[in-house]
Amino acid sequence: MPDKHTQHKSKYTADRMIPGAFEGETVTRRRFMTVSSQAMGGIAAASFALPALGFAIGPIFKQPPHFWEDIGSTEDFTDNNYVPVVITEAYGIGEAGKTTAYVRQHNDAIDTDPYDRNTPYIAISTRCAHLGCPVRWVDAAERFICPCHGGVYDLLGRRVGGPPVRPLDRFPTRVNGDRVELYSARFSVNSELKRFSPRDPGETVDGIGQYLYPSRPDARKSY
Amino acid sequence: MPKLPAPPVPAPLKAPPPRPGESGGKGGLAEGAKAAGINVVDWVDERTSLSGGARWMMFRKVPKGTNWFYTLGSATMFAFLSQAVTGVFLAMYYRPDPAGGAYESIRYVTNDVFLGQFVRGMHKWGSSVMVILVFLHMGRTFFFGAYKYPRELNWVIGVVLLILTMTMSFTGYLLPFDQRAYWATIVGVNINGTGPLIGPYLSDFLRAGPEFGATTLSRFYAIHMLLVPGALVALIGAHLYLVAKLGTTAPPWSKAEQPPELRRAEA
Repeated sequence: MPDKHTQHKSKYTADRMIPGAFEGETVTRRRFMTVSSQAMGGIAAASFALPALGFAIGPIFKQPPHFWEDIGSTEDFTDNNYVPVVITEAYGIGEAGKTTAYVRQHNDAIDTDPYDRNTPYIAISTRCAHLGCPVRWVDAAERFICPCHGGVYDLLGRRVGGPPVRPLDRFPTRVNGDRVELYSARFSVNSELKRFSPRDPGETVDGIGQYLYPSRPDARKSY
Repeated sequence: MPKLPAPPVPAPLKAPPPRPGESGGKGGLAEGAKAAGINVVDWVDERTSLSGGARWMMFRKVPKGTNWFYTLGSATMFAFLSQAVTGVFLAMYYRPDPAGGAYESIRYVTNDVFLGQFVRGMHKWGSSVMVILVFLHMGRTFFFGAYKYPRELNWVIGVVLLILTMTMSFTGYLLPFDQRAYWATIVGVNINGTGPLIGPYLSDFLRAGPEFGATTLSRFYAIHMLLVPGALVALIGAHLYLVAKLGTTAPPWSKAEQPPELRRAEA
């Protein structure tokens, strides 16, 4: 008995002795119907599944609106202590869309970092770089302290204790007349205060971290 | 109408033949109702053959030594059914509105709706009960060796069911939209984000954007009450099918019964 794997089959249905075969036909009508009805089923399923999928993952590619927000007069801030300001980060959800930033004037003595040279006001985000709880500035200790898992940051927002993987995020600021304005899109900094596009908490931007936790299309550097 | 042959149900479940003096299924209101019920069941069964499947599912042989630990799976399923029923009724009142409406609707259910606090409490505490039962059921399966051939696929389905149950717990936790719900979700989504490479995109998907935004709550609500329950129901069905198909295992301490010829040889 010939092995069916070694037996050479003709590509023409007529040669394969299939009843009703046409001259030069390579695909049987039965097979054609099977394939075409499966293809049509696939197209029908894709025509609702793909838009639904795009609908669900679309927000990943869309940058939400950000604005320059007035946070007070230039006289409201000093260069040696932080003042909390409440800003709106996400719109349409009331109180839940608000967050706090700690703002102080640029201080040449401590803000010696080259990246901060042209920043008139330092605005530190209260979103902990560990898992996103709100940190609090404790004046007596001169530290930002997170209530959730004990993250501690210094005056510049650099980590000095606990689980956070990078310094606190910052907001761009500018002076408009005698008003101080803050841009509601944060940016992240690495342990040398070098600026990066915003990362979520828990994602380091030091060394290989900036590639393991890539910047996302909906949160780009925008200042 | 030609009658179907009687199903081979176990003897105790068979209807006894009419005693002398009874009318034998003719006359009497109770017997008429009984006959009508049987007729309805017969009518459906003749068109669906459901009784075969029901018998296949219900009258299985179980190994000697089957004990109370084997009820943990059913207990988990009943915890799920309780969550499903109470969840449907909570959905009648809930509003996934992050600008205050969600919290207000939960407050209304808890304080003002008749039995609202009770039903919400069942759903809230029942979720913990379900998670505990899932782990006990998993532990039983592990320690009894019931995950071994040919039941590996059922273990895999069970692990997917465990993940889906945790997804339910995570997405449901946000819905009351109080401070605890909000911050727990912030932390939970950021834990997702710490996965390298795809983590950041996963948290963007969960939040529907780079920050907790206007559609995050409704997204969690849709996942909680539509997406995951559908998958849970389908996979519970597959899980049960495999249990019925493969049968349950004997407890590890039960000894195989020796065939009589070997017993004689020992003696």
